[in-house]
Amino acid sequence: MKVIVDMAKCQDHGQCAIAAPEVFEMNEEGRLVYDGEPGEERRLEVEEAADVCPVQAILIKD
Amino acid sequence: MTGTPGSDGHIAVVGASLAGLRAAEQLRAAGHTGPITVFGAEPYAPYNRPPLSKEVLAGPGDHDAERLHAQVAFRMRSSVADVTFRLGAAVAAADLARGRLTLADGREAGFDGLVAATGLRPRRLPLPGPQAGRHALRTLDDCLALRAALGPGTRVVVAGAGFVGCEVAATALRLGCQVTVVEPAAEPMLAVLGPELGRAVRRHHEAAGVRFVTGRLTAAVHGRDRVRAVELDDGTTLEADVLIEAVGSVPNTEWLAGNGLDLSDGVLCDNALRAGERLVAAGDVARFPNPLFDDRPRRVEHWSIPGDTAKRAAATLTALLAGRAPDPAPFAPVPSFWSDQLDLRLQSFGSPALAEEARLEEGDPARLGEGVLATYHREGRHVGTVAVNLPPARQRELRAAFTRPLLTLTRNP
Ligand SMILES: Cc1cc2nc3c(=O)[nH]c(=O)nc-3n(C[C@H](O)[C@H](O)[C@H](O)COP(=O)(O)OP(=O)(O)OC[C@H]3O[C@@H](n4cnc5c(N)ncnc54)[C@H](O)[C@@H]3O)c2cc1C
Ligand code: SF4
Repeated sequence: MKVIVDMAKCQDHGQCAIAAPEVFEMNEEGRLVYDGEPGEERRLEVEEAADVCPVQAILIKD
Repeated sequence: MTGTPGSDGHIAVVGASLAGLRAAEQLRAAGHTGPITVFGAEPYAPYNRPPLSKEVLAGPGDHDAERLHAQVAFRMRSSVADVTFRLGAAVAAADLARGRLTLADGREAGFDGLVAATGLRPRRLPLPGPQAGRHALRTLDDCLALRAALGPGTRVVVAGAGFVGCEVAATALRLGCQVTVVEPAAEPMLAVLGPELGRAVRRHHEAAGVRFVTGRLTAAVHGRDRVRAVELDDGTTLEADVLIEAVGSVPNTEWLAGNGLDLSDGVLCDNALRAGERLVAAGDVARFPNPLFDDRPRRVEHWSIPGDTAKRAAATLTALLAGRAPDPAPFAPVPSFWSDQLDLRLQSFGSPALAEEARLEEGDPARLGEGVLATYHREGRHVGTVAVNLPPARQRELRAAFTRPLLTLTRNP
C-alpha cells in the first residue's frame, strides 16, 4: 500500500499520528513525517488516519 | 472484522455530509451487506465544511462551484463504491413504522434501517428589513455567496462571536474588509474559553484590526433594498454592506416528526446512538449521553464527532437488523475541535463548556501566539482543555487526560 500526504494541504494537525502512530509521526519541529509504504497489515489504521485528517491531505494508493 | 454475522436489508442514510458518508462506510465495516442509499439535500457529494470559513472563504476569486467542491470533497473508502448517493434529494418525511421515506419531490423510498445524519442549519436573526446583504455560513453555496460579497473596504458586521463568527471575522479582515463583531456576552467564545482566555483572544483580534462590540444585541437591520446599517439594542448604528449571522444552529429534524421521537434538540439517542427500533443518529444532529462526563444527553458540534458517532451508530444498526443486541460497552468519545483564527490555532479536548472554573496552566494570555494552555474543571474534575498554538506533538498527551477515566470505567462496569 502506498501512502501520499499532500504536504501543500497538510496543516500539521497531527490527527493521523494519533490514529496510526506506526505510520505517521509529528517530529520535534511539529512537522509531519510518515512511512510512504506501510505494510498491508496497517491498512485499517491508515484508513482511519485518512478519515480523521481535518484537511483530507492523506491519499492511499492500493 | 468482528466475526459476528452482519445484516442485509436496505439501509437509508439521510444527510450526505461527514456523518452520512462515515455511516455508509462504517455500515460496510460492521458487516452490513445489503443495499445502502444516502439521501442528500445538497447537490454536492460529501465535502468538508471547516475550510468554508477559512481557506476557501479567503481564497482568490474562483467562483466555480465545481472546482471549489473538488478542493473540499471527502475521500471515500473503496467499500462504498456500491452505495447509491441520491444528491439534491431532500427527505421531507419518514414513517418509521412502515419503513417509508417521502422525498421533497413526492417520490417514496423504502427502508429496513434508517440513519439520521441531517446535521444543522444556521439560526437566522428574527429581524425584518432587507434580505440582500445578509448571509449565513453552512454550505458551499453559502460560502460562494459570501465570498462574492467580501472585498477590500467592505463594511462587515458579524452577529455572534462564537467560533464560526470569529473565524469569519478573521478571514474577512484578511480580505481587506472593515469588520465589527457584535456579541451579547462579555467576551467572544465565552462559554468555551472562559473570561480570561476569551478576553485574550478578543484582544488578539483587536490588535489585528477586528472591532468588537460586546454586551450588545443586534436589534434592527436598515436599508431599502439591501443592508445599509445594523442597529444595536442601545440605539447605536453600525454602517454595513454585509451582515453575517453567526448566531448558532438549528438541528434538521423536521423530517422525522410524527414518529413519537424526542426531537426537542436534535435526535435523542441512547449511549449506543439508538433513537428508535430501527433508527440511529450520527453527527451534529445526534443527542447522546457521554459517560466521560455524566449521563445527560447533549449534541456536540465538533468535526470529530460525526466519525466517532457514525462508527458506533453503524455497529448498533447492523446488530439491530441482524437481531442481535447492540454492543453494551460504553461509548465515550473524546470531543475535540480546532479553530484557526488569524495566526492562532485553538484546540479543545473534552468539554470546557461544562466547567465552572478555568485554570491557566502554561503561557501568557497577552502573548497567545507563543502558546497557552488552560484546563477547565467542574466539581474538582478536569473536564476540558484548551490549547492555543501548542505543537501538534502534544495532542496525544492532552487528549489522553480524558481517555484515562474512561479506561477505569470499562474495567469496573
Ligand atoms: C463554516 C464552518 C466551519 C467549521 N469549522 C470547524 C472547525 O474548524 N473545527 C471543528 O471541529 N468543526 C468545525 N465545523 C463543524 C463541522 O463542520 C460539523 O461538526 C460537521 O460538518 C458535522 O457533520 P454532519 O454530517 O453531522 O452535519 P452537516 O455537515 O450539517 O451535514 C448534514 C447534511 O444533511 C443534509 N440534510 C439536512 N436535512 C436533510 C433532509 N431532510 N434530507 C436530506 N438531506 C438533508 C444537509 O444538506 C447537509 O448536507 C465547522 C462548521 C461550519 C459550518
Ligand atoms: S492529520 Fe492531516 S493535516 Fe494533520 S498532520 Fe496528518 S496529514 Fe497533516
